[in-house]
Amino acid sequence: MADLRNNFVGIKSPNPFWLASAPPTDKAYNVERAFKAGWGGVVWKTLGEEGPPVVNVNGPRYGAIWGADRRLLGFNNIELITDRDLYVNLREMKQVKMNWPDRALIASIMVPCEEEAWKAILPLVEETGADGIELNFGCPHGMSERGMGAAVGQVPEYIEMVVRWCKQYTRMPVITKLTPNITDIRKPARAAKAGGTDAVSLINTINSIVSVDLDNFAPNPTVGGKGTHGGYCGPAVKPIALNMVAEIARDPETYGLPISGIGGITTWRDAAEFLVLGAGNVQVCTAAMTYGFKIVQEMISGLSDWMDAKGHRDLDDITGRAVPNVTDWQYLNLNYIAKAKIDQDSCIKCGRCHIVCEDTSHQAITQFVNGVRHFEVMEDECVGCNLCVSVCPVENCITMEELPAGTIDQRTGKPVDPNYANWTTHPNNPMAREAAE
Amino acid sequence: MGTTQSGILGGRLPLGEYESNFSDLHPPLDKHEALVASDRCYFCHDAPCMTACPTSIDIPLFIRQISTGNPIGSAKTIFDQNILGGMCARVCPTETLCEQACVRNTAEERPVEIGRLQRYATDVAMKENKQFYTRAASSGRKVAVVGAGPAGLAAAHRLAVKGHDVVIYDARPKSGGLNEYGIAAYKSVDDFAQKEVDYVLSIGGIEVRNGQALGREFSLAELSEQYDAVFLGLGLVGVNALRMEGENAEGVEDAVDFIAALRQSKTKADIPVGRRVVVLGGGMTAIDAAVQAKLLGAEEVTICYRRGKEHMNASEFEQDLATSKGVTIRHWLQPKRIAEKDGKVAGIELEYTTLEDGKLTATGETGIIAADQIFKAIGQSFLGSGLGALQLEGGRIVTDAEGRTSIDNVWAGGDCVLGGEDLTVSAVAMGRDAAESINQALAAAAPHASAVA
Repeated sequence: MADLRNNFVGIKSPNPFWLASAPPTDKAYNVERAFKAGWGGVVWKTLGEEGPPVVNVNGPRYGAIWGADRRLLGFNNIELITDRDLYVNLREMKQVKMNWPDRALIASIMVPCEEEAWKAILPLVEETGADGIELNFGCPHGMSERGMGAAVGQVPEYIEMVVRWCKQYTRMPVITKLTPNITDIRKPARAAKAGGTDAVSLINTINSIVSVDLDNFAPNPTVGGKGTHGGYCGPAVKPIALNMVAEIARDPETYGLPISGIGGITTWRDAAEFLVLGAGNVQVCTAAMTYGFKIVQEMISGLSDWMDAKGHRDLDDITGRAVPNVTDWQYLNLNYIAKAKIDQDSCIKCGRCHIVCEDTSHQAITQFVNGVRHFEVMEDECVGCNLCVSVCPVENCITMEELPAGTIDQRTGKPVDPNYANWTTHPNNPMAREAAE
Repeated sequence: MGTTQSGILGGRLPLGEYESNFSDLHPPLDKHEALVASDRCYFCHDAPCMTACPTSIDIPLFIRQISTGNPIGSAKTIFDQNILGGMCARVCPTETLCEQACVRNTAEERPVEIGRLQRYATDVAMKENKQFYTRAASSGRKVAVVGAGPAGLAAAHRLAVKGHDVVIYDARPKSGGLNEYGIAAYKSVDDFAQKEVDYVLSIGGIEVRNGQALGREFSLAELSEQYDAVFLGLGLVGVNALRMEGENAEGVEDAVDFIAALRQSKTKADIPVGRRVVVLGGGMTAIDAAVQAKLLGAEEVTICYRRGKEHMNASEFEQDLATSKGVTIRHWLQPKRIAEKDGKVAGIELEYTTLEDGKLTATGETGIIAADQIFKAIGQSFLGSGLGALQLEGGRIVTDAEGRTSIDNVWAGGDCVLGGEDLTVSAVAMGRDAAESINQALAAAAPHASAVA
């Protein structure tokens, strides 16, 4: 039985599955239910400064996009930070932490970008017994218009400054939550590290208009005839999040900086992917908001069973294991050659591989052989692009087969070179030519 | 609880039971169900379902249009190829046509529900009375169509679209042909056949003259004289006889008449049915008669077919439907003699059969099934009169691939044609294609205005 216990910057939880700061963690009632369901920790919904709390719109806050059978693929929201009184939240946090001492409880915080504001709230949070704080530099809507959230996260200098204040005024571990609404995620991560952060968490939601109401010509969700951009999340954003996590994990300047992975995690497999790309644990929101808290049971058993099957004993065995295999394009082996192969026994003859290759790619798949509908890869045309694999509705029907060294590539007529060779030394690369001269 | 009294009686069931027994066999998909079902379509290239459809409806396209919330566009895709797409969605043996070809069968032995999706889209458009076609400028040409069944209606519609004026002659009081008189009631509820006829005719330029039979009120020669072209969609109105002792006993009936009477009955309670019913035959007509006899409250219904299960013309689905309703299907039995008592059917003597060197042979062994009603469903035949010198072969009209008969300016299609497939959808395809052929012939014959000038 794999050991799923998690120690993230000293914060211990029975498993690496935390609920992200979001509606599911806005109050004790929800968090108690989450802990009962088995979640390892929660990041309490973002606290604002003392005084009258923020208000939310009273119309729709969420929009969604769906796949087949209305399966929710992407989700967006225009909800702000907690709209409950600061002290109500603090009281409930303290009580929940007392009730659940083995679970992680992190306070997400967003106050104005002023030293006094941070200095004021940190002791209040510390007093609840929370295990750590997460700095919300990510919310892309509403709060950013007031100079908070993503407005801070998009300016590395501000990140560094606020993190520094926090490290100065609290003993609690500091997790800096990053916004993806930026060109190069490494910059804010480096700034957070420079400020002394204990960890980064990412991604927050992505600026988005989820859809447009074509009857009223207004973005969804529409509030009184108008809409605004909201934060995009859910399964659709996972690839973006994975890349950003990997970018930070392999950046020499932030190498080793603990990462809490967030972004579309819906199954144990998604979680495992974040972990192997360098995340020390994961945070989940949309999946819980789609299916309820029970999904954590599938995540726990799935991760544990996979680790058992593969002989991984604990999270340290898997964390970051894929990072060394993430590289720049220029270092990919250009002598590696693969060809698509269609398993005729499992082919259902939908013809999709043929038509996409024919219409949009390399004309490398037959439609008829001897007058009969038959789909087969023409190796002399196949560049191994993987499009046919991507569109085939039958898993493992089309596979990419590596050509062993020495065999003739029918497309080029040349034997497969056994040696690794990348773009940096390729004769077509002007830079490589210059270096050679 | 109904009555099991012997004899041929109506009202065997409590009234409410008729309604549920004869409700829609395949209830329509609602919008959500249609979206879920349409999501299963892979949008195949050169799709096998489309190839399998006699009218070549672009099935992947119409299903994609449903899945993107455009059922009206979907209906147009269907009607472009098959103006009777609504009825075909209800009566096509999809399990042997499009749905049999669906690649999902290979993947998971469950095809996309093409028939029900087609019904969804066509229902939406017809409910809104959405008209997709307008008539071309009048050609000044007149075409006679004989038979207001699927072939005739499809031909008339396409001819009207092309700008020709059409007169349809039909012997029956109502139009629709087998759609109105020859399909099990639970496949076409709510008077759909007539609604569809109205929808088709709303293109304009089509006059229907009911109660007008070829060979009775008019002859083919007269039509040829009066019209620029003639299309014959006559169907098969003859019923094969048993030619055996007892055939004229009271209670021996043609299955097609029983099916027609059921369709014309509002309550079904007025349709008399025996306590023990035997249906002779192995096609769709036999199934439709047997199932409906059971649904009317017959205690025992037995289909007797002279060959094996694998030889039955009725699809596997139809056979299963019959047995699920409590019909017994017995194979390798052919009728020998009908037993009567006081001029009424008392039972039927059947003889076992076998195949010997590929030839059906009676074994000599016989048995008797008690019955008070026997339905003959051993095939229909073409009965033509007033056809003049029209060339027939094997009792059917000979045509070329476009539907041209041996007589100039006379086309034919549907079941009455040699090679007809006994399918509504094939009849539609033949009518449509014959109309295209007629249109081309008329255009070629038309004097060009520019040539005169």
